[in-house]
Amino acid sequence: MASEVAILGVGMHPWGKWGKSFVEYGVKAARQALADAGLELKDIQFISGGDTIRNGYPGFVAGATFAQALGWTGVRVASSYGACASGTQAINAARTQILAGLCDVALVVGADAAPKGFFAPVGGDRPDDPDWQRFRLVGATNPIYFGLYARRRMDVYGATESDFARVKVKNARHGLNNPNARYRKEVSEEEVLASPMVSDPLRLLEICATSDGGAALVLSSMDFARKHCSDPIKIAGISTITPNYPSTVIEMPNLSTDSAAVVDAPEVGFRDSIAAAAYEEAGMGPEDMSLAEVYDLSSALELDWYENIGLCAAGDAEKLLRDGDTAVGGRIPVNPSGGLSCFGEAIPAQAIAQVCELTWQLQSSATGRQVEGATAGVSANQGLFGHGSSVVVKR
Amino acid sequence: MTTSKSEQPAIEGWFEGSGGKAYLLGSRCKSCGAVSFPPETFYCKNPACSGSDFEHTPLSTRGKLWSFTNSCYKPPAPYVAGDPFVPYIVAAVELEKEKMVVLGQVVPGVAIEELRVGMEMSLVSAELFSDEDSSYTIWKWQPAGAVQEN
Ligand SMILES: [Zn+2]
Repeated sequence: MASEVAILGVGMHPWGKWGKSFVEYGVKAARQALADAGLELKDIQFISGGDTIRNGYPGFVAGATFAQALGWTGVRVASSYGACASGTQAINAARTQILAGLCDVALVVGADAAPKGFFAPVGGDRPDDPDWQRFRLVGATNPIYFGLYARRRMDVYGATESDFARVKVKNARHGLNNPNARYRKEVSEEEVLASPMVSDPLRLLEICATSDGGAALVLSSMDFARKHCSDPIKIAGISTITPNYPSTVIEMPNLSTDSAAVVDAPEVGFRDSIAAAAYEEAGMGPEDMSLAEVYDLSSALELDWYENIGLCAAGDAEKLLRDGDTAVGGRIPVNPSGGLSCFGEAIPAQAIAQVCELTWQLQSSATGRQVEGATAGVSANQGLFGHGSSVVVKR
Repeated sequence: MTTSKSEQPAIEGWFEGSGGKAYLLGSRCKSCGAVSFPPETFYCKNPACSGSDFEHTPLSTRGKLWSFTNSCYKPPAPYVAGDPFVPYIVAAVELEKEKMVVLGQVVPGVAIEELRVGMEMSLVSAELFSDEDSSYTIWKWQPAGAVQEN
């Protein structure tokens, strides 16, 4: 397909709390991706950075910052911010350059150094900022939104706290042997259910932490890839969609939804349309996927994603989980990397890390967590302010 | 009670309320009739509408509980937490007429076990926080069956 680009190299700086600059994590990931691709910095014609929000100037203007830290080569750069979807925005910016024929080889880098505790809004009195409004007026932290979705699953679909805990148990097991995961420790359902309640029904072990980390990809045109290596993994579809009006599910950071009184709600809601757009570009569907990496900001949210990316019908996610379908060894493993549950979130790096994992899986090099015979995979996530994000990767 | 303190809304123009009763102030587009909350002031959000004129419209004061949760830990600023911190419940309530979901805290004194998705909720005005001079009010949800404490 004309819209495909090749993944020539992937790299990651392990997730954790390392107390260093995000630039260092990004550079380490970038150098690893270059080595993995068998290329040198001078071969890179475009650097696409995912921005962190934590450093005043948006992410110290990420693309250029990574370019300088790697060593100025006069390379063209871009910087993307889309909250949790920043990484996909950066991947898409690079892909667009390649598909437009403006460059052959691009480097995508995202990295973050995260503070402790709750995600907190930027300081100061800013009554016009939806992020200020939700914290100030309602105390609507991120876990509040996760708790609302989780409770709705319980009351509408009959999900139980045990179901949610089992997502955590599964992902903890997956991440045990992943050298880039921050948390590599098995947990039992009892331990999860004994951890302190944060936002009912979600407990401390079920809500993702914020982490330091960095991830990078070297992407190229298919022509360049064919000359360089025999059988590259390919990006077959990317979704960076936004909602259709009226968007009727409450989303961070909003205090309300759109009204569906005058204009009917769209047939397909926002979250159901995110991966669908990537599948459509790829000419594939959920039935073609061997695995998925989804954004488990909470244990319960992973179950929502099963339905949103088309692995099962609405209300059937708990059954999929209980049947072991989404564990490594099952029909359609979800988050074989261990997911955010084992990584914690390094915002601008996370969507790139999802694609790193899909690539390793399709190369059969995901030691200790390998999905046997994987031929295609999908990532999904969603960034604040209506950023859909999904990537379909195939052999 | 806080009768000696002056009452003022924690945000201007989003709701009207005193003595417990409250309603949210939405906007209605004069061109297409679409309702928004918080009130729209510039351009209509309906992509098929080029309207930019709005009138304030009071929203339904009742709705069905879409979901609910609580915060067991003290949130960061700009939330103004009491000392000691008291956990609070947050409800997402679907206004039937407007077909939109609005978040709000649940009035103190309601236990989370009392709530069920689908139950009827009603809107009240209540204190969000206070300082030496003023009590800052906000809209809150309560089970519609409950009697308002005064
Ligand atoms: Zn309008």
